[in-house]
Amino acid sequence: MIHYILRRFLYALPLLLGVNILTFMLFFVLNSPDDMARMQLGQKHVTEQAVDNWKHQRGYDLPLLWNAKATATGKITRTIFYRKSVGLFWFDFGISDSGRNIGSDIRQRMWPSLAVALPTLILGLLANICAALLMVLFRNSYLEVGGVVLCVILMSISSLFYIIGGQFLIGKELRLVPISGYDTGLDAIKFIVLPVAIGVLSGIGSGARWYRTLFLEEVEKDYVRTARAKGLTEVQVLFRHVLKNAMIPILTGVVVVLPLLFMGSLIMESFFSIPGLGSYTIDAIGSQDFAIVRAMVFLGSVLYIAGLLLTDISYTLVDPRVRLS
Amino acid sequence: MIVLWTDALIFMLLIALALMIGYLRNKAQMLRPLRKIGQNKAGLAALTVLLFFVLIGLLDSVHFKSPDHQTREIISLLDYWATPIRESGEKTYSAPFAAHLYSKEFMIAPDGSRHWGTPRLKHGGAHLTNPVQQKFADIMTRTAQGLAKGAALYLFFGVLFRLWRRGRHKALFPGPASKTVAWVLFVIVTLTFAVIELSAHYHVLGTDMVGEDVLYQAVKSIRTGLVIGTLTTLIMLPLAIVFGILAGFFGGWIDDVIQYSYTTLNSIPGVLLIAASILMVQVYMANHPEAFTSVVVRADMRLLFLCIILGMTSWTGLCRLLRAETLKLREMEYVLAAQTLGVRQSRILFRHILPNVMHIVIISVVLDFSSLVLAEAVLSYINIGVDPATYSWGNMINGARLEMAREPVVWWSLTAAFLFMLTLVLAANIVADAVRDAFDPRFMDNA
Repeated sequence: MIHYILRRFLYALPLLLGVNILTFMLFFVLNSPDDMARMQLGQKHVTEQAVDNWKHQRGYDLPLLWNAKATATGKITRTIFYRKSVGLFWFDFGISDSGRNIGSDIRQRMWPSLAVALPTLILGLLANICAALLMVLFRNSYLEVGGVVLCVILMSISSLFYIIGGQFLIGKELRLVPISGYDTGLDAIKFIVLPVAIGVLSGIGSGARWYRTLFLEEVEKDYVRTARAKGLTEVQVLFRHVLKNAMIPILTGVVVVLPLLFMGSLIMESFFSIPGLGSYTIDAIGSQDFAIVRAMVFLGSVLYIAGLLLTDISYTLVDPRVRLS
Repeated sequence: MIVLWTDALIFMLLIALALMIGYLRNKAQMLRPLRKIGQNKAGLAALTVLLFFVLIGLLDSVHFKSPDHQTREIISLLDYWATPIRESGEKTYSAPFAAHLYSKEFMIAPDGSRHWGTPRLKHGGAHLTNPVQQKFADIMTRTAQGLAKGAALYLFFGVLFRLWRRGRHKALFPGPASKTVAWVLFVIVTLTFAVIELSAHYHVLGTDMVGEDVLYQAVKSIRTGLVIGTLTTLIMLPLAIVFGILAGFFGGWIDDVIQYSYTTLNSIPGVLLIAASILMVQVYMANHPEAFTSVVVRADMRLLFLCIILGMTSWTGLCRLLRAETLKLREMEYVLAAQTLGVRQSRILFRHILPNVMHIVIISVVLDFSSLVLAEAVLSYINIGVDPATYSWGNMINGARLEMAREPVVWWSLTAAFLFMLTLVLAANIVADAVRDAFDPRFMDNA
């Protein structure tokens, strides 16, 4: 097992290297630091001096890959690639363009993100499974047709509508919970309820529909017919046999997004002003802080690759048919 | 006539589509699923709605310089026809069908005295002398007129069509489904006429903060949504098809390289990659202002860049599917037989592999369409979508978001954007389901 995990881990390294090089190309080769400096300082009437100052303060005034002027190892270390990109591998995110320490910002902001994203995921999963099981239980009836139609309509509505509608109805008109904001500790609950509810609702359309097809595929199989022939009721069949077997694809789909929960949801957090990583990214995009966006791209990829790793491991744990090889 | 970049690509797409239809017209493997779609009432009804949207989008893609010599701005055929509502701006917010402004302000009466009230609109209901009493009756008569005009036109062309079709071969779509299509068409035509009739004298969906007609904005946004949904596919398809089939067919180091590149691309969360790319495009556009002379050209380039970026980030999923399918097909008897007979590899790829993975391509194209339209709204909301000067539902929602916090609430911009978006996405989703049911071999046996 450990051998297997170790090998999967080694597979992940070239991927991370690829992501790193890709982001480096995107941020430094496609546009030079001069372009970024001019963008930040305003397009017109920017003196050469101001651009140089901006670059020097943020360490962008080095050569990209190879510093011919430096000595010995300095030829490699005194370059933008080494300073800005290599450090990402050991989670040294450096300083943002506005002068903040990105690493400590991330450590501080990932918890609110998690506080919203984790309940959304768990409750969403429960709601989707329940809805899908109900549709399968009443299959070939008008109830199922109605359910499917409702799912298609729900998934055709933009997630922005759920958020704006929910904020307007629950927050502004009924005044049940605050419209937006965040608090520390248990006080945070009243701020979290609405985003979580909206997150669950906006995901239920596509989720329930997908799970329904998974269940329906399973319902046709021979072992289910045997279970019915044994005299089990339909509910027992569904919960004991169908659910258990259909859980394998569902679980692996969930495991892969588990690490990404730390990143939070971009729009949800910005609408509800939750100080998580999602709104951090949005703010960075808005103020064109390239260092933060670069750090978040890399962090997101790391978490996704970690998710893939976890998926492989969970497969072997959940499904006894899968052998480590 | 002026051809913008996205226009050119749209017309290219149309030509490609026409060529493909010509090529596949009599192929049995295509006719069978098409017949199946033809029997699907909901699917056909949705397809009719979708085609109506496409028609509007196409009208909005024919650009030329305005005949008005003073402005010489670039307008489209749709703009030209919609000139009354395009140019009938008000001062600020007004509710749907309103004859007065939404908010009160100081007005100066003819005798010079000032009082607090809601002034009349310049355009909406301007033909009425006493809007409070006449408005309702006027709206009703105009709606009825519009509906009658639409119905008359529809009946006229319907009869012509019947006469023309009589004696010809039987329709592709048999009985009940064609009746559904006829009804949907009837509803669309009459409603369109009613709206046209009404919007000559009212702002049917109100006006926004700067007094622009909301209906006009929503209709203009159709093109943006369609462009994002289709051009992205146009950019993604060649990448996905070429790489997917090559990886699956040749294996070895080609497979390794292609797998590595799509796994790497795929591991960057989509939104972040799009955000980073758009930021870079913004920097590029800011540093090369000479290449983007007019607002329309600039907005168009940004839309094209967005499509390219979305395409570059979304080909990985389809590529993986195609690779897996090609791996399976490679071991099929007919491919093996072709290889033994000494058929060239390029020929095997085109004759045996490509046609047999087409159903996956078609299904994924229609499935992706609706999610791309929805994604546009979200991206525009975080300012990494289309240019703020482009009409799009995302921009409308973004602009209208703060209006919900106003007292009294300004609800019509938001509602209009959502209704239009919902109609398009719902139609696309239903069509996608019909297409999947028809083309997916897993659903074959219950056909």
